[in-house]
Amino acid sequence: MSLSISLVINGEPRTVQIDDPRVTLLDLLRERLDMTGTKKGCDRGQCGACTVLVDGRRINSCLSLAASLDGARVTTIEGLAEGDTLHAVQAAFIAHDGFQCGYCTPGQIMSAVGLIAEGHANGDPERIRELMSGNICRCGAYQGIVEAVLEAQKTLADQAGRDGRRNAA
Amino acid sequence: MPPEASSPISAPTVRHGSNAGQPLTRRDGVLKVTGRATYAADNHPQGMLYAVFAGSRIARGRVTSLDVAAAKAHPGVVEVLTPANRPPLAHDPDKKMPPFGFRVDVLQDDRVRYVNQPIALVVAETLEAATEGAALLDPQYTVERARTDLSNGERFAANGVGVGAPPRTAHGDIEAGFAAAARITEAEYETPAQYHNAMEPHAVVAEWDGDRVTLDMPNQALSLSAASYAAYFGIPAENVLIRSPFLGGGFGSKAMLNGPQILAILAARMLKRPVKLALTRAQMYGPVGHRGATWQTLRVGTDDGGRLTALHHRSISATSSFDDFLEPAANASLPLYASPAILVEHEGLRLDTGTPGPMRAPGEASGSAALEVALDEAAEACGMDPLDFRLANYAQTEPGTGRPFSSKALRDCYAQGAARFGWAGRPLEPRRMRDKDGFLVGWGMGTAVFPCPHFPAEARATLRADGTALVETSGVDMGQGAWTALAQIAAEALGLDPDKVEFHSGVSSLPSGGIAGGSGHTASAGLALHNAGQNAIAELGALAMADPASPLFGTGNIGVTARDGRLYLRDDDSRSDSYADILSRAGRAELAATAKAARDPAVAAAHAMFSHGAVFAEVKVDPDLGQIRVSRLVGAFAAGRIINPRLVRSQYFGGMIWGISFALQEVAATDRRTGRIMNADLAEYHVPVNADVPPMEAILVPEDDPYVNPLGVKGVGEIGITGTVGAIANAVWHATGVRARRFPIRIEDILNGGASFRAA
Amino acid sequence: MNRFDYIRPASVAEAIAAATEPGSAYLAAGTNQLDLMKVGVARPQRVVDISRLPGLDRIEWLADGGVRVGALVRNADLAYDSRFSQAFPGVAEALLSGASAQLRNAATVGGNLMQHTRCAYFHDLASACNRRAPGSGCDAREGENRLHAVLGWSEHCIATHPSDFCVPLAALDAVVEVESPAGRRDIALDALHRLPGSTPERETALAPGDLIVALRLPAEAAAFSAHSRYLKLRERTSYAFAVVSAAASLRIDGGVVTHARLALGGVAAKPWRARGAEALLAGARPAEAIFAEAAKLALAEAKPSGDNVFKIELARRIVRRALSLAGEGTPQVMPALPASPFATVPGAHHAA
Repeated sequence: MSLSISLVINGEPRTVQIDDPRVTLLDLLRERLDMTGTKKGCDRGQCGACTVLVDGRRINSCLSLAASLDGARVTTIEGLAEGDTLHAVQAAFIAHDGFQCGYCTPGQIMSAVGLIAEGHANGDPERIRELMSGNICRCGAYQGIVEAVLEAQKTLADQAGRDGRRNAA
Repeated sequence: MPPEASSPISAPTVRHGSNAGQPLTRRDGVLKVTGRATYAADNHPQGMLYAVFAGSRIARGRVTSLDVAAAKAHPGVVEVLTPANRPPLAHDPDKKMPPFGFRVDVLQDDRVRYVNQPIALVVAETLEAATEGAALLDPQYTVERARTDLSNGERFAANGVGVGAPPRTAHGDIEAGFAAAARITEAEYETPAQYHNAMEPHAVVAEWDGDRVTLDMPNQALSLSAASYAAYFGIPAENVLIRSPFLGGGFGSKAMLNGPQILAILAARMLKRPVKLALTRAQMYGPVGHRGATWQTLRVGTDDGGRLTALHHRSISATSSFDDFLEPAANASLPLYASPAILVEHEGLRLDTGTPGPMRAPGEASGSAALEVALDEAAEACGMDPLDFRLANYAQTEPGTGRPFSSKALRDCYAQGAARFGWAGRPLEPRRMRDKDGFLVGWGMGTAVFPCPHFPAEARATLRADGTALVETSGVDMGQGAWTALAQIAAEALGLDPDKVEFHSGVSSLPSGGIAGGSGHTASAGLALHNAGQNAIAELGALAMADPASPLFGTGNIGVTARDGRLYLRDDDSRSDSYADILSRAGRAELAATAKAARDPAVAAAHAMFSHGAVFAEVKVDPDLGQIRVSRLVGAFAAGRIINPRLVRSQYFGGMIWGISFALQEVAATDRRTGRIMNADLAEYHVPVNADVPPMEAILVPEDDPYVNPLGVKGVGEIGITGTVGAIANAVWHATGVRARRFPIRIEDILNGGASFRAA
Repeated sequence: MNRFDYIRPASVAEAIAAATEPGSAYLAAGTNQLDLMKVGVARPQRVVDISRLPGLDRIEWLADGGVRVGALVRNADLAYDSRFSQAFPGVAEALLSGASAQLRNAATVGGNLMQHTRCAYFHDLASACNRRAPGSGCDAREGENRLHAVLGWSEHCIATHPSDFCVPLAALDAVVEVESPAGRRDIALDALHRLPGSTPERETALAPGDLIVALRLPAEAAAFSAHSRYLKLRERTSYAFAVVSAAASLRIDGGVVTHARLALGGVAAKPWRARGAEALLAGARPAEAIFAEAAKLALAEAKPSGDNVFKIELARRIVRRALSLAGEGTPQVMPALPASPFATVPGAHHAA
C-alpha cells in the first residue's frame, strides 16, 4: 500500500509518498528525506536523541508512525537556525559546552526549545533538570546543558520583551 | 559552596594571546548544534542497501535451523547471509588479530557463544524490510546450560590482564606486612557487567570499488583498524579508507573490530552495492564489548599510626568462553598508597557472554571502586578521618618500585578539593548529619588516579603562502574535544592563531594519529602535531635565513621564534619576516613537514607517570525509603598542562557522572539460567539522567610535568570515574552506616540499615 | 515490525467496526503500542489509527463538579490543565512523574490506561510468558524478578502494571467509558485491569474492538484536593518506572480524617486499591501511628514472588510517607521533582 501525506517540515510544505506504513517519523526524516540531523539512539522512546517538534510540541520521533502525522508541522534541528544565525538555544549550548560527542545534541536542543515554549521551568534549575531528563547524554554534559537552557530562556525572554516593546511603540 | 556553582569559564571567551591553554569553544560546535555533523549512519550513498543482523537468543549451544525462505519472501529482502553462504574471509576470526584484536563472530559456524551473537545477516532495500526479515528467521537451537556467574563459571589462571599487563605483581613481603599490622580489615566487593552504551549505536556504511573499500564508521583507532579490516578482506591496508569525523561516544567500545560491522562490509562486497548497518540498542549488549564483572577481595593491614603495612588486592575477573580480556581491577592498588608490601592478583572466570573489553577506565574504575571503599573501611577501623588516613599513606615515590613520579600534585588536589567542599569538621561517625528536610547526609571522598600512556603517532603540517596552515593527523573526536585541543597545540607550534589553522582529522588515510584511548590521545597525537609544526617552522626559518631579501638573512646560528604568523630573530623583535613573504619570495605555494612522536623509553623507565585527583561527594538518603541522591560533587585533578580548560572541565564532569552511574545505577541484569540480559535497553539499564546530576565542580590543579612528554600533557578522559565511585559509596556509608560492597548500591541495600533484604 | 494494513477511520463507529476484525489493534500516540510492535510482542495485521478521531481530545467539566476527559487528551495537557490539577493534584503529580516530557506530550489518556507490563520476560519473545503466550509458562518466576509483584500475583504471572496515572485514578473511583459494537458502557477503573489468576493474557476487562473514549472522575474525588499526594520510588531520579508508588488522598475535617483513599503502584498487575486501610483511617486523627497501621493493613496479603521481599517493607513505608505527606496538605505548586522523595519547592536548592 502507498500513502500520500502532507507535512510542513521546517516551514516547507511537502507531500511525501509512503510505500510502507511501518516507517516512523524518525526513519522518514533520516532514510527517505535525507535529513539526518535527528538521531537514533534507542528507537524506543528511551533516550530522547530523536526529539523533534510536531505542531510545536517536543516528541520522540521514533515512536510516531509517519503515516499518522498527515498534516503535521514538523521542526527538526535543521530548521532552527536562521541562515547563519544560530537559535539562542544552539548558541547557548556552544557557549556552555553543553555537549561532547554531539550525538544526543540535536535531541537535547529540540527538547530545550520545547521546554522553553512549554513555560513550566521558569528559571529553576531543578525544574530544568527534571524536564530535560527525557534526553540522555552518555558523555555527561548535563551541567552545561542546564546552564545553556537557563541562559537561552533568558535570552529569548529578553528578545520577546524587546519585540513586545517595539510592537507597542 | 554556592549551590548552583557557575563555571568561571562559561562566560563568553576572552582570548589572551592565543592557542594552547585557552578555553576556546569547540571548533565543531556549530556543526554539532545544527545537525550538520555527520556520523556514520548519516551517510547514504547511491544504491545503498540496509543490513540488520539476527542475534542469538541463547548464550551457549548451536543454531539448528533458520527460516531463510521466510525472510527472503519478505518484499524488499535481497539476501540472507548465514554460515551456509557467507563468503570467505582472509583472516580466521577465531584467531586474534595482532596487536589488540579480539576473536569475533562472523557466521564462521553454527556455534553460539553469547546472547546477541550474530547468527545471520539480512540485507534489504529498506530498513523496515531488513528488520522484519531478521525477525522472520525463527532460529531453532540446541541449548547448553549457560554459565552466567561465579557459581557456575569456569575459573582459570590468568596469563595476562587488560592489554598485556601481568596478572600478579608483588612488592615486599605481604605476610610479613600483615604480621606487623595492628589491624587488618578484609572485605569482598562486587562490580557487575556494565555496557558502554554510547548514544550512537555502532554503525557502518561500506562501499566497495573493486578491491578498495570506503568505510564510514565510528572508530577510535583509525590506522590500526584499517590494517585489521584489510587483513580480514585480504587487501592492502591502503585500500581501506575509514572515515570517522565524529563518533557519537566511544568509551572504548569503538576501538575494536566486531562481528556485525565485518559482516556488513562483507555483504557490500558480495552484493556489489553499498550497505549500511546500524546496531539496535539491544544489540549493543553482546558483540561490541562491555566492562566485565569482578569479584574483588581487599585485605588491608595498618599499624597503630594508621599507616599501611600490607595491601593485598585480588580480583576474579569475568571474560567470555573464547577470549581473554580480563578487567585488571587489582592493579588499581599498585600506584597509589605507600605500603611496604603490596600484592595484586587476578584470576579469570569464563562465562557465556560476549567478550568484555576496555570501557572508560578499564581496571581503574572497578579496582578504584573497591580500593577506595576498602581504604575508607581501614580508616574507620583506625578511627581516622578518611582524608587524614590517605595523607598518612601518601606515596612520595611509586610504591614498590621507588621510581619518582614525573609529577604528582595530589597533595594540592586533596587540599583544594577539601577546602572547596568544606570537608573540615566532618564527623567521623556515620548517621550524624541531617539536612533541614530530614534527609540523611553523608560525606565521602576518594582518590583518583590514572596512568599516562603514550601511543606512537604521526602528523603533517603545511604552511601556505596565504599565511594559513593545514595540519593533518588521523585523530578521533569522540566528544573529548580533539578537533579543538589538537588544533590548539598545532597552532601554538606553528605560531599561528587557531583561526588560521585548518585541521584535518578523522580519516585513516591521514598520518596516523594513534589510538583515541587510554586518555592518551591529546598527548600522543598532540606531540606529533607539535613536532610537525616545529619541523615546518624550522624549514621555514632555513628558507628565510638563506634568503638575502629576508630581514632574517644570515642569522642561522641565532635561531628564530614563531609568533602570529611571523618569524622573529630570537631576542630581537626588530628583525622579523612573515610566513607569507618567506614563501612568496621562495616561489613556494606551501611548505610541508611531517613528524613522528613517541615517548623516550629511558625517561619512561625512570619515572612513574600518572594523573591524580581527589573527589569529594555529598549524598542525601531518605532515611525510611532508602532512595539515594548525590547532592554535591567536587573533584580536584592534576593532569599536567591543560590545553583547553573548558573541554577538560567537561571531561572531568563526564567522568564523575560515570562515577555516579557506576556507584548507583549501572548493572546488566542477567538471567541466571539463560544468560540473557533482561534490561538490554535504556529504560531499565539505567544511566544517569539530567535530574541525577547535582551541581558539580572540577578544580584544575596546576601541575608542571617536565618528563611525561615535551608538551607536559597528561590524560583527563577517564580519571574522573576513579575516586568518584568510592567517594559516593563512602558518602552513602557516612549517611546511613551501611557499607555497600556490591555495585550498584540499591534501595534494598539501604533499607533496614543493611543486607537483610539481599537475595542469596 | 511485521507488515500491516494501516487504516485511519473517521469516526468512533468506523474505528470500532474496523477493530472488531481479528488481528486488529488500535494505535493512538504509539508510545507503547509501536514499541511493542518493534520488539515483536504485538504483531497486528491491521492497525487502526485512532489518534485523530474527532471529539475525544476534550476536558469537559460536568454539572456535578466531576470531569470527563477524552481518551485522546495528551498526558501533559491533562497534567498542566490548571483546573484539573487543582481539583485532582495527586493525579497531576502522578502524570508528571511518569516517563519524560516528550512521552507525556504524545501519550494519550486512553493509551496510558491500556499500557502493558514492563516485565522483561513479557517483552522477550524467547522467554516463556503466559501473559504473551498463554500456557507457555512464566520465566519471571525463577528469573530477574526483584521488581515484580508482591500482591495479587499467581504462579502463572508475577508482572506488575507500570502506570503511575492509574494509581490515583484507582484510588479516586475513576470510571472509563467504553464504546463497543453493543453500545457504550462504564467500567470502574479498579475493574479495568485484571489480576492474572490462571488467565494472565486477559489483561483488561475489554473485549476485542472495545474502545475507551473517555475517563471520568466523580465530583467526590475533587473533595480530596487539599490533601492528595503521589509518591514514587525510582532507581534513578527521573525517567524511570516505579519500584513502588502510592497515591494517598485524605479529607480532613476538624482534625479528623473523614474519608481516605489509598492505592499502590508497582506492586501488582493492576493499581492496588487498599480499601481496608481506607476504612481504618476513616474517623481517625491523622498521625504516624495510624498511618503505620494502615500501611500494615494495606500490605497484609503481600508475599514475595521472587527476589523482591524488600518491596513489601518498602511499600509499607511508601504508604506511611504518602499518607503523611497527604496529611500535611497538597503543596501550593507542583514540586520540581513530582512524586519524588526529593521533591523540592521552587527555588530551593539541595545544598548543605
